[in-house]
Order: sequence, then C-alpha cells, then structure tokens
Amino acid sequence: MAIALVLVLVVVGSVLFHALSPWWWTPIASNWGYIDSTLIITFWITGAVFAAVVLFMAYCVWRFRHKEGNVAHYEPENKRLEWWLTILTGLGVTAMLVPGLFVWSQFVTVPADATEVEVIAQQWQWSYRLPGADGKLGTSGSHLVSPENPLGVNPDDPNGQDDVVVEAADLHLPMDKPVKMLLRSIDVLHDFYVPEFRAKMDMIPGSVTYFWFTPTRTGTFEVLCAELCGTGHGFMRGIVMIDTAEDYATWLGEQSTFAQLSTPEQVGAAEQTVVRP
Amino acid sequence: MVDVTPGAVDVIPPAEVPEVELYHPHSWWTKYVFSQDAKVIAIQYSGTAIAIGMVALVLSWLMRLQLGFPGTFDFITPEAYYQFITMHGMIMVIYLLTALFLGGFGNYLIPLMVGARDMVFPYVNMLSYWIYLLAVLVLVASFFAPGGPTGAGWTLYPPQAILGGTPGGQQAGIILMLVSLILFIIGFTMGGLNYVVTVLQGRARGMTLMRMPLTVWGIFTATVMALLAFPALFVASVMMLFDRVLGTSFFMPALVEMGEQLSYGGGSPILFQHLFWFFGHPEVYIVALPAFGIVSDLISTHARKNIFGYRMMVWAIVGIGALSFIVWAHHMYVSGMHPYFGFFFATTTLIIAVPTAIKVYNWVLTLWRGDIHLTIPMLFALAFIVTFVNGGLTGLFLGNVVVDVPLSDTMFVVAHFHMVMGVAPILVIFGAIYHWYPKITGRMLNEALGQFHFWVTFVGAYAIFFPMHYVGLVGVPRRYPEIGEPAFITAPVENLNAFITVAALVVGFAQLVFLFNLIWSIWNGREAGGNPWRATTLEWQTSETPPPHGNFGKELPIVYRWAYDYSVPGAKEDFIAQNDPGTGRPATGLA
Amino acid sequence: MSVILVFLLVIAGIAGWWLLNQGVMSKPWLEHGPAGALPEIDVTGMPTAKIGLGVFLAVVGCLFALFASAYFMRMELSDWQPLPIPRLLWLNTGVLVLSSVALQCAVVAARRGQIDMVRLGLVTSGFTTLAFLAGQLAAWRELSASGYLLVSNPANSFFYMITGMHGLHIVGGLVALARTTAGAWGKYSPDRLRLSVELCAMYWHFLLFVWLAVFVLLAGWAADFIDICRQLLT
Ligand code: HEA
Ligand code: HEA
Ligand code: CUA
Ligand SMILES: [Cu+2]
Repeated sequence: MAIALVLVLVVVGSVLFHALSPWWWTPIASNWGYIDSTLIITFWITGAVFAAVVLFMAYCVWRFRHKEGNVAHYEPENKRLEWWLTILTGLGVTAMLVPGLFVWSQFVTVPADATEVEVIAQQWQWSYRLPGADGKLGTSGSHLVSPENPLGVNPDDPNGQDDVVVEAADLHLPMDKPVKMLLRSIDVLHDFYVPEFRAKMDMIPGSVTYFWFTPTRTGTFEVLCAELCGTGHGFMRGIVMIDTAEDYATWLGEQSTFAQLSTPEQVGAAEQTVVRP
Repeated sequence: MVDVTPGAVDVIPPAEVPEVELYHPHSWWTKYVFSQDAKVIAIQYSGTAIAIGMVALVLSWLMRLQLGFPGTFDFITPEAYYQFITMHGMIMVIYLLTALFLGGFGNYLIPLMVGARDMVFPYVNMLSYWIYLLAVLVLVASFFAPGGPTGAGWTLYPPQAILGGTPGGQQAGIILMLVSLILFIIGFTMGGLNYVVTVLQGRARGMTLMRMPLTVWGIFTATVMALLAFPALFVASVMMLFDRVLGTSFFMPALVEMGEQLSYGGGSPILFQHLFWFFGHPEVYIVALPAFGIVSDLISTHARKNIFGYRMMVWAIVGIGALSFIVWAHHMYVSGMHPYFGFFFATTTLIIAVPTAIKVYNWVLTLWRGDIHLTIPMLFALAFIVTFVNGGLTGLFLGNVVVDVPLSDTMFVVAHFHMVMGVAPILVIFGAIYHWYPKITGRMLNEALGQFHFWVTFVGAYAIFFPMHYVGLVGVPRRYPEIGEPAFITAPVENLNAFITVAALVVGFAQLVFLFNLIWSIWNGREAGGNPWRATTLEWQTSETPPPHGNFGKELPIVYRWAYDYSVPGAKEDFIAQNDPGTGRPATGLA
Repeated sequence: MSVILVFLLVIAGIAGWWLLNQGVMSKPWLEHGPAGALPEIDVTGMPTAKIGLGVFLAVVGCLFALFASAYFMRMELSDWQPLPIPRLLWLNTGVLVLSSVALQCAVVAARRGQIDMVRLGLVTSGFTTLAFLAGQLAAWRELSASGYLLVSNPANSFFYMITGMHGLHIVGGLVALARTTAGAWGKYSPDRLRLSVELCAMYWHFLLFVWLAVFVLLAGWAADFIDICRQLLT
C-alpha cells in the first residue's frame, strides 16, 4: 500500500516543488520570449501527462492489489482504446512541436538590419571584433594567428583595417538593435552562452557559426562557455554589457582598431630601415 | 481458438540435440572459467559489469562532493573532475548498462526463454566475454597511466579530446580509451551474433516469434541495433586514433593551441559528432529496449495478468528501434550544423514519443483490473514507469529544437538522461535481479533488505535528479566543477546542490546493502523451488534449478502457447506454462 | 550520412519482409498447439552457420558504408586533393576475382564430392588472395614512394585506412580458409567440408563486392556519379 501513497506523493511533491521552489530561469534580456512561452507550453502538457499517468498507476495499485481470491481480468488487447490513446498522444506532441518549429524558423532567419559582431573564443578567454566605419568585417583565419595578431585578422584585407578589436575584455552592445553574433574559435569547440539571452551556439575551429538576438534591457551579463573545451572550461567566463545608445557610442570611441593595434610593430620595422645604412 | 488435439501434439517428436554429452564440462576450468555455457558467461559478464559499475558509482560520489561542496576537497582539481565525469559516463553507459543487459541478461535469458540448450556459437560466445574483460582492463589501466584517464567527456569531441588542454589528451589516456572501445566493440559483435542467431535459429519447436516473451524481443531488437550502431563508434574511434597517433586530419581543422600553430588542417569536428551520435542515440535505446522488455514481463507476472496489447508492444519495440536511427542529430541542435536540419530532426525525435507512449500506456493498463502482488520486482517495475515517464517527458523539452537551445549543455540535460537512463533502466536491472535470482541460485533474495534497498534507491534517486532539472533551468551549464555566484543565478543553487549530493551518497551506500544481499542469500536465502513466481515462461519450467549446462533435461520443451496465459478464464491455475499442452498433464518441473 | 542510411534502409526492408512472413500480425493468444496456427513458420531449415555469417556480413557492410559516409562528408571540405589510383589496383582486382572464382569452383566440386577439385580450388584461392594482399602492399609503397603520404592529404589518409581495413578483413578470412584447407586434407566429413567451403566462398564474394565498392569510391567515380545524378535532378 505504501507504494500507492508514495506515487501520489511523488506527483504532489513534484508539482509543489515546481510551483513553490525559488529555482526558476533567470529574467530574460532578449527578444526570445517566444522560447520561454514554448517551454511553458511544454511544461503544461508534459506535467499533465506525468500527473495523469502516475496517479492512474497509484489508483490501480491501490484498487487492484492482491487480496485472497482475487482473479485478474483476462483481456489481451483493446484496439479502440489503444488507437484513441495513440491519437491523443499525437495531438499532445503536435501541440508542442508546431509552436516549437515556428519559433525555430524565426531563430534561424536573421533580420536584414542586424549588425554583425564577431566573437572569438580560445582556451580559455573571449575576444570580440566589431566592424568599423565601413560596416564590414575583414576576413580572418587561424593560420594568421600570431602574438601580434592574436585574433588572426587578415592584414591584407582593407575591410579588416578599421575593425574594432576587443581582446580579452568586455563586450558592449547597444540596446534594442538586432545583432548577428558571428562565432569563431581558434583552437577547440566552445559555446557562447548568456543565460539571460536564452540563445547559444557552438563555435567550431575552421568555420563560422552564428545566432541572432535583440537585447531588450541594459545591464551587465555573464558569458559562460557551454561546450567542454578542456581544463579551463568551467572558468571560461566573460562579460557582455548592454548599453543605451550614447553609453555605447562613448565605449566604442575608446576602443582601438586593428590597424592601430598592428602599427607599433610596423614602426619597429621602419626604425630598422632607418638604422641599417 | 485454433486448438490442436492432443493426438496431433504427440506425433510431433521432441527436437533432440545429438550429443548431449557435449554439455558435460570436463574440468573445473572449463566449468567455471573458460566455460562455454551461456549461463556461466552471463554471470561472468554481470559480475565484471557490476564491479566496474561500482567504480563509476564511486566516481559519481566524488563528482557530487565537488559539486555539492566546491572547494572543500582540494584533491578534486578541475583535471580530476573532468576525468571523473568522463570515466563515470563512459563506464555507466557502455561497460555497465550495455554489457549487463546484453552480455548478462541476454546470455542468461535468451537460450532459456526460447527453449534452446545454449547459444548457437558457444565458443565465440566465450571469446566475447574475454575480449570484454580485456577492454575493461585496458580502461582501468588508463587510471594508472601517466597523466591519468582522458577527461574529454564521454562524448570525446575533437579537437579538444586529443589536445594538451584536456587531461590525457596528449598522454596515454585518450589512446587507451579508444583502444578499449574498439576492443569492446569487437567483443560485443561476437556476443551479439550469438544473441541474434540464437533467437533466429535456436527457438524450441512451437516457439513462434509472437510467442516469445517481450524480454527476448527487447534484448533481440537492442542487439540488432547495437550490431548496426557500434560500427559508427568503431569508425569514429579508428579515425580519431589516426588523428591522434599518426597525425592525420580527419577531424582536426587548422588550429592554434596555446599560441602555437599545429600541423593539422582542414578537418571537420562536426563529422566526428555525426559519427558519434549516429552510434550514440541508438545506444541510449540499446540500453532502454531490454529494460522495456524485462519490465513488461515483471509487470505481467506479478500482476497475474497478460501484458496488455502484446502485439502493439512488439511493434512498438521494433518501431522505436528503427526510428532511433534517424534522430541522432537532436544531440547537435546547437553544434553549428546546418540550422534546417533542426526541422527534420525535431520532428522525427518527437515522433518517437508516440510508440514509447504506447508502451507506457500498455504497462499501466496491464495493472488495470489485475491481481497485483507487490513483490520487490513489482515495486521496482512501478518505480521504473514513474522515473522513465518523468525522464522521457523532459526528453520532449530537449527534442523540441528551439526549447533545446537554452537547455542544451545545462544540468537539465544531465537530469534528463539520468532520470531516463541512469535511474529507470537501473531500477529494472534491480527488479530483474530480484526476479531471476531464484532461478540462478535456487534461493530467494532477502525480502527485508530488498524492501530497504528499493525504498532508498527509488525515493533517493528521484530526489537526486528531479531537482537537478531546475539547476539546469536556472542556467547552470553541465561539466562545470563549480559555478560560483554569477549574477544570473537569482536563487542560490549551492544548497540545492548540497542536498542532491547528500541524497546521492545515501543512495550510493544503499547499493552496498544490495551487494551484501546478493552474496549473503547465495547460502542463506530461502529455498525457492523451480517456479517461485508461478510464471509461464520456459526458464521457470526447467527440470532442475539452477538449470544444468544444456538447460533442459533430455528433452527440449515443446511450446504450446504464448508467454502470457495468466488468469485464463476456466483454467485450474492462474497461469499456464508455455510448454503445458493444456491436456491436464502438468508441465515438466511443476510436477 | 546518406550512404549508411541507404544501407540501413535495405537492411530494414529485409528485416521487415522477414518479420511479416513470421506472422507478427497474428494474435498469439488465440493459437494453441505445438506450432501455433502457422506451423510452416517454425525455425528455418537453413544451416545456422550460414545465417550467422550472413548477420556478420551485414555488420561488416555497415562498417564500410560508414567509412564511405565519412569519406563523402570529408570530401566536401576545401583541402581535399584526390590522389591518382595506382594501375596496380586493376591487377589486384583481377587477382581477387580469380580467388573468388576458385572458391566458387571449390563449392561446386564439394557439392559434387570431388575432393581433389575442392583442394585445388581452396589452394588456388589461398594463393591468389595472398597475391592480392601483396599487391595492395606494393600499391601502398608505390604511393608513398611517389610522395602520397598518409598525412599529406585526407584523401590519402582515407585511401590507406579503408584499404587497410579491407585487407584486415581478408586476413581474417584467410585464417578460416586455412582451417578449411587443413580440413580438406584431414578429418572433415564431406558435409562438414561442403559447409565450410560454402561459408568461405560466401565471405570471399562479399569481400570482393566490398572491394569493388571501395575501388569505385577511392577512384572518385562514386563522387562523379553522384554529381551526375545531382545535375540530372536539378
Ligand atoms: C535510456 C536512455 C535515453 C532515453 C530512453 C532517452 C529518450 C529521449 N531523449 Fe534523451 N538522452 C540520453 C538518454 C536517453 N534519452 C542521454 C544519455 C543524453 C545525453 C548525452 C550527452 O550529451 O551526454 C540524452 C540527451 C538528449 C537530447 C540532447 C540534449 C542536448 O544535449 O542538448 C535530446 C534532444 O532531443 C533528447 C531527447 C530525448 C527524447 C525525445 C526521448 C524520447 O525517446 C522519450 C520518449 C518517452 C516519453 C515521451 C515518455 C512516455 C510517453 C508518455 C507518457 C506519453 C505522453 C506524452 C505526450 C502526450 C507528449 N535526449
Ligand atoms: C547509466 C548511466 C548512469 C548512471 C547509473 C549514473 C549515475 C549517477 N550519476 Fe551520472 N552520468 C552519466 C551516466 C550515468 N550516471 C553520463 C553518461 C554522464 C555524462 C558524462 C559527461 O558529461 O561526459 C553523467 C554525468 C553525471 C553528472 C554531471 C557531471 C557534469 O556534467 O558536471 C553528475 C553530477 O551530478 C552525475 C551524477 C550521478 C549520480 C549521483 C549517479 C548515481 O549515484 C545515482 C544513484 C545511484 C543509482 C541509481 C544506482 C546505480 C548503481 C550502480 C551503477 C551499481 C552497479 C549496478 C548494480 C549493482 C546492478 N553523473
Ligand atoms: Cu570554452 Cu568550454
Ligand atoms: Cu538521443
């Protein structure tokens, strides 16, 4: 008998825990509220099913437990019942899948006016690159990486010269502007994950992946790495700050471009030419 | 009713194996060590699997101690932590569950349940075990290798897996792991051939496919899947070995490790992920289907009622087996593969819920209007349904591609697969051991210890993994030795983690009680007799218990009915053995 | 993963057809009696060893289908440079065909009970197979001599890996063949001999088939063929 009781308690306990416990997702800071809604739908449907199945079990165990002289009912199958249950399940699944796919199609279609921001991951830190005045990011590649050029930006690409390079520092983004995060890694798999934004995507050395979102509130958010990338994985954190337009402008002003960063070493070259004769 | 007259029955000569002599082992060695008796091999498989399983269990305690009380145990460095989770995961999935379900239960139950004297290729079957043992030893060796075992995560994703930034990546760890996997696959294939062909060829006269117990169906289908899925892991492992040892670039793109350019170039990490998950997803059903089958028989036997919708159950098993080969990329939704794959794989993934649902319904409906004996196997079966439904439903979150985006690689995933794989099938294993132990040893397991073991394991395991979903929902990523107090954590998770850890330790120690029970009852258990559960299937009808080499006496049984004739109206008992001609003459063994 | 999926589709087709013939639609609880209502679907009369080998070959086929899938997926990437197929491979192919033919003769002879023909067949196929392996090694050395090293390009890596894998399977077969040959001179009863020879032949034909597929793959014709199909479709 205990078991029937415990089954009921499992359902009640789970529901109470879900409803009352303080552990819940962190407040959203992006346009992906739809994802949360899909999650809620799924919670309702699956929750209902879980409760129904387990409570029914509990009832059966209590009602049909062995007593002297009990004989089980003999019923090999019941086609109609099984078909009904199958159809119901099908409906339940569709009710979750359809909204899901609808939101996914939004997730994978990047709006035309999204500004591009590049995230470069390496063991175990985050760097960033923003397009300069020309609004274009220069080409890049791991084979170009060197102490002078840690992000592997192509020095011969004119588009690259004015790119703003933020090495191992915080990223700032303007509020309410859709951004397309271009994700690049120079060593192993990483994953750019900000819980408040809901979105995440792996970064693969040798190719550029992406996701898009629109920040919807200012603040400081922690970046975590969500793909095992070696010993430092758990400590590979970073900061993204969502600014108002003006704060963002001032921050951007303080940053230096790829050209500026690589000049000192050109100066060095010049001096040598002077010294030689 | 298509009834065959007793006369017609008797003219059929019992299928006879020519030299039953073959089944009398000649020396102690060939009887207990290099035995070709499937039952002995089964015990060897199970013993080894449980032993290595205990190692993985201890590793899980260490992991939990770190997560529950970060910083308290300074011998658990991040390196050590990653080595623990990797070994824990790999051992549990492959060397414990796969080996125990197929090598252990498969070997013991298939020949007995289909009415065969032994597996069809006993010698190959024996080799299978010894190669498995070798694989386990190689795996264990990596703990003692310089640099320790690999810490690449059980998914072994390159490039990370074979680079210096990962424990064991540039030392022996990863190599030993890959070699061990390759050995395991070779060994398993040898065993797998036996399980499949025995079901195809070894069935007793009258044992048509649709008369087989669902246990056999589950193990059979799982084995077929394993035979077709493990090659993917084999290919992936071989190619990774090439990359690591010979310096090829199958999976390795051009990359800069710690500031220095490596000689690799052009390879595709995603290619590895496709190969791995093409094995990996079927694998999770390979450890689920045998549980499905076994639990069906437990419920039916202990509820004294035929399994509800037997045909649907069979079709569902086969359907799930087939479908699970076209859902693998649901593990790669955020891997950066082409986003349009998401639509296809989300759909196929959620479709799998339907046949699985049918199985769940039929288990529950078997209870309906049954005569439920709350024996320990029955208790474990009930607990399985609860945990499996719970874990399966959270699978639907992850399967629905866009919902997976925030949850992927968080503790929510960890909670999902523990509930559905780390708890549910393990509970079935326990139930199955309590159920068949009397046949294996001739004695019952101790009831009181069993009750204790059941309650602690069921309630405890649920208490471990249900809250863990919410740790993931808060946003804590998996494979983090410690999360700290980042701003996004609104309600502190330390106390929740600490609670989970305590629960895990309690449950873990309850397993020791179970192991004690296993040993103690061999000599002190209550005498069981041939058929203590009054079950219909053939293994309970053997003339001797434990069954001798060759299983059945001089004559192989003839099968007259399906495996679920419980509480048949008008029958004089509430069960009719499969080999009972139904002519009043009692079946062998019951006399 | 298209290759392996097609392969599995075929397997699934066979399995499904077999299941249907096993009466998976029947209602077992209505059937009583030794063979159930469908006596003819009792266990098959086919020799168990053959079925076992059949299942094993399915697994081997799966393995090579996966290698092919990996090959195609890796081929898409930019750094791929196909390598020239050594002429020698044509010769090797011929030799392998010979050994299959020899074994087939042995099978026929075994069925007719002409023991010395069987021996002849077995020995011939044994030697031709060894010749094939030697030829493969020669091809490797030729390639590496002309600078196509294992690591220099993924195409090369695949070439060595897949041919090596195929070679290993042949070596495994040789063990069985050796035992059969020994049996042909020694103690095997005619039936036992016939069975073993048939099994060897089965395995050889399969590995020949696999080799032809591998050849087509490595020579790049498979890729061309697929491209043509693509163009036809678009
Ligand atoms: C036994 C093992 C097992 C089983 C059976 C399952 C079953 C399922 N799993 Fe799980 N899964 C794993 C083991 C398993 N999984 C493992 C080990 C991982 C992690 C690997 C790693 O990354 O380390 C994983 C990860 C995993 C992921 C990847 C998550 C990520 O990494 O981002 C996904 C995503 O789709 C997923 C989905 C599912 C689904 C949809 C099912 C379905 O089959 C569930 C079907 C069952 C039910 C749905 C419940 C019963 C149904 C009913 C009661 C009917 C009512 C239902 C409705 C009305 C809708 N699983
Ligand atoms: C069957 C598989 C299985 C099982 C049983 C378990 C059991 C447990 N696992 Fe594990 N786990 C995995 C498979 C499994 N795990 C996998 C695949 C991973 C992923 C690894 C990776 O990320 O690479 C993982 C990772 C993993 C993590 C995540 C680490 C991280 O990502 O940071 C954690 C953390 O709490 C954890 C905890 C536990 C605990 C507390 C137990 C147990 O203590 C639960 C309680 C105990 C039982 C339910 C009884 C089990 C009994 C035995 C196993 C004994 C042998 C059997 C017999 C005697 C019959 N496991
Ligand atoms: Cu970077 Cu994990
Ligand atoms: Cu999966």
